[in-house]
Amino acid sequence: MKASVIVFPGSNCDRDVKVALDAVLGKGSTTMVWHGDANVPASDLIVIPGGFSYGDYLRCGAMAAHSPVMRDVVAKAKGGTPVIGICNGFQILTESGLLPGVLMRNASLKFICRDVTLKVEQTDTLFTRAYRKGEVITIPIAHAEGNYFADADTLDRLEGEGRVVFRYVDAAGNATPEGNPNGAQRNIAGICDDSRRVLGMMPHPERLFEPMLGGTDGRRLFESLIDKVAA
Amino acid sequence: MKARIKITLKPGVLDPQGKAIQHALSGLGVAGVNDVRQGKYIEVDLAETGEAAARAQVEKICKDLLANTVIENYAYELVP
Repeated sequence: MKASVIVFPGSNCDRDVKVALDAVLGKGSTTMVWHGDANVPASDLIVIPGGFSYGDYLRCGAMAAHSPVMRDVVAKAKGGTPVIGICNGFQILTESGLLPGVLMRNASLKFICRDVTLKVEQTDTLFTRAYRKGEVITIPIAHAEGNYFADADTLDRLEGEGRVVFRYVDAAGNATPEGNPNGAQRNIAGICDDSRRVLGMMPHPERLFEPMLGGTDGRRLFESLIDKVAA
Repeated sequence: MKARIKITLKPGVLDPQGKAIQHALSGLGVAGVNDVRQGKYIEVDLAETGEAAARAQVEKICKDLLANTVIENYAYELVP
């Protein structure tokens, strides 16, 4: 399997993603692609990592969405290449139109950096088939703009089409205000597009993929891809 | 021509920064502030001198980059 990780000026989670991908997919599987390149190599997976692309100037991910490389990322996504956007990557995916909605400033105004509990709502996507439906996992978040917002029609459509993939839940596994770290509508932490091959999520699975990091709940997101894409 | 562009949050969109400013104003002892909403002001200096062409340019700039139309409105005036 070949994976490409897009690097923008200000991305800072790109190397963590490479470490996680190399560990799960094998050394040499991952290529770093600079945002100024017009083309992404043929890939089985494209990852848009977290960080502060363009310093979050104007809006998070707004300018990165117009970087030269994104034209090819969008084209490849439309052609069926799986894409994951993590944190700033999720913001870039919404700004580029590959996913609906927008990530706004956290309702508390605070930058939140801690583990959260997520419910895996859908296991029929390329990224979640190694989880159990309804499983509650722990993954860290680190963001000030993770407050997912879309109008009511869009939210209803996402729910109706089973495109809410991860939801923030409390310790008991319920999507309550207590379980919602940032005010996101309907406690939404991650969604997919209608092809179910483009995923955006605010939490960082690459930060919890081996025991040394304090947990492995993030690993199965990357492992899910192996069987599905190689098949 | 110069475009003076205001980007504002659509009504009903949560504005915690506006709320924080409102809070700070009351801390300063300013009475009678019903609400505060924060927006952005952007000036774009265009080489274009024709108003209609400049208007079309500014519309595109606002829609494509300056405003996220999911949550933001834009308004502008053109000055020579």
